[in-house]
Amino acid sequence: MSLMILEKALFNSFIERLISQSEVVGPKRKENTCAFEVINDPDELFLDYTTTILPPKKYLFPPEETLLKFNLGEVPEVEPVVEIKERILLGIHPCDLWGIWEMDKVFADRNEDTNYLDKREAVTIIGLECLNPDEYCFCTSVETAVPEECQYDLFLTDLGDEYAVIVSSDKGRRLVVGDDAFQPARSSTLAEIKAKQDEKSAKITSTIQMDVSELPLFFDNVYDSPVWESEGKRCYSCGSCVMVCPTCFCFDAVDQMELNLASGQRIRRWDGCMLQDFAIVASGENFRHTAEARLRHRMYRKYQYLMAKYGKSFCVGCGRCGRACLVDINPVSVVNQLIEAGQ
Amino acid sequence: MAIKANQTESLYLPDLAEITRAEKLTELEKCFGLKLKNGNELGHKPGQFVMVSVFGIGEAPFSVSSSPTKEGSFELCIRNAGNVTSAIHKLEPGALVGIRGPFGNGFPLDLLSGRDILFVAGGLGIVPMRSLVNYVLDNRDSYGKLTILYGCKTPAELLFRGELERWEKRHDINYQVTVDKPDSSWHRHVGVITTLFPKVTIDPDRTIAIVVGPPVMYRFVALECIQRGIVESRIIMSLERRMKCGVGKCGHCQINGKYVCQDGPVFTLTQLRGLPEGGVIRR
Repeated sequence: MSLMILEKALFNSFIERLISQSEVVGPKRKENTCAFEVINDPDELFLDYTTTILPPKKYLFPPEETLLKFNLGEVPEVEPVVEIKERILLGIHPCDLWGIWEMDKVFADRNEDTNYLDKREAVTIIGLECLNPDEYCFCTSVETAVPEECQYDLFLTDLGDEYAVIVSSDKGRRLVVGDDAFQPARSSTLAEIKAKQDEKSAKITSTIQMDVSELPLFFDNVYDSPVWESEGKRCYSCGSCVMVCPTCFCFDAVDQMELNLASGQRIRRWDGCMLQDFAIVASGENFRHTAEARLRHRMYRKYQYLMAKYGKSFCVGCGRCGRACLVDINPVSVVNQLIEAGQ
Repeated sequence: MAIKANQTESLYLPDLAEITRAEKLTELEKCFGLKLKNGNELGHKPGQFVMVSVFGIGEAPFSVSSSPTKEGSFELCIRNAGNVTSAIHKLEPGALVGIRGPFGNGFPLDLLSGRDILFVAGGLGIVPMRSLVNYVLDNRDSYGKLTILYGCKTPAELLFRGELERWEKRHDINYQVTVDKPDSSWHRHVGVITTLFPKVTIDPDRTIAIVVGPPVMYRFVALECIQRGIVESRIIMSLERRMKCGVGKCGHCQINGKYVCQDGPVFTLTQLRGLPEGGVIRR
């Protein structure tokens, strides 16, 4: 790993160089919010953003992708499809870097999902320190404020007149090597980066009233809490929370035929355990038939089941679900209510 | 660190298999014999399942109904219940389908070795159960006393009748059958499957109970087994959930923190005690 400095005045030409080499995706202003989109000009970037509508997962695990192509006939011809695109994801906040870290783990675990992993390999990640968290953010509560174990290629911190640039992989090195705009860091740069992290953390106002490491065991005691009913009965089962979550990855698989009925494809598309029919079987039985049971299950996934397995909260504290929820179900509020109800 | 997968093959690519046999068992159920086009044996353990593709319609999970000791082909018994199954029912011998698998943990064969086995099958539960029963019968000397309890809603729903008769005729199996609602041709036991329990003697210390059936049956049969003195770690149940991938990714088959397709479908009652969504034991 090495530390470098990039003067702000030279930033745009760096971005222009990247755009000439590869597809670059970055945060773009969208009315009163922000979204990751392909950038054709550095002026389109909105780097002071708080968060985006959809997390970067849409580039690694898209809303819809083809798994197989087939031609029917006496003997069906079936081919696997892995869609890969080389691209640079620019401006990824620490919470979202942790979201990617967690998706990397689940798609590689036990059975390797080449559709995700090959896409992931083709992507270059440039992280960016977050400067403007809002009242929905709670990264500090789930320890995702600092991306220490995350796999990024470069990480930028805005220090005012310059960016500190952490170069943490060969891919990252290749982006900066030979470019005079990147100068060695000063002895104070590391401390300045840390100061910006602390400044961000100090702005967080929404907090879970328990140490994150205690959550998995704590959740053992709240399975029958009345909070699940009081929160769950408000839920519309719309699945907005699932769509915007950096670590939700449930999917459906369906076959689609061409009009000629001779060829077709099998695609996978986003699905969600919060949706009413998610756990229905052919007989009509629904194994999670109330919104409360579905809400409870999703929270247990994030704070117990997957957390216990991978040693990290699978909720990355980005706050997107709280912002997206039509009835203001907020994970911090739910967990704090569970804590209070238990006392 | 490279993120790229170590393997090159897609998790979702099926192998082709040919239907060798299609036999109607009841109004709704058909038994299919299949063999992989690449000539390989399926290589499954009793209790495992495969994902069957009818390309253009979709893919669905089915328990393998034949024992792995039967070589040359494997059998699936399929109920006509939805899009994929009704498409499969229209297929004749010679037709090709996609197969992925075998998946799942299968029945715990090492636990069964040398023991008495109490098989309790309800309705369609006989389908995966048959794989285990025939496996055990093909290795008869490795097991102790065998008891089979099979119950269906009506006589018309009984599956594999020829095989049931052969099991019943054997002197080394105690086979009991019941239906909830008899018809005019039925002269045998009537009642839910738990009513068969008084008809059999089992040694609880030597016995493992294997239970497969509709969700409603599990709680009552579990209670019977416990009341007979069988310990919870030796009451084995096979569960079923919606599955779209079979490889622990799509999320549909989750029961609390477990994936039925990977950590199951076979669970002990002890494990199910920690899985309230399993619907067998309330916390």
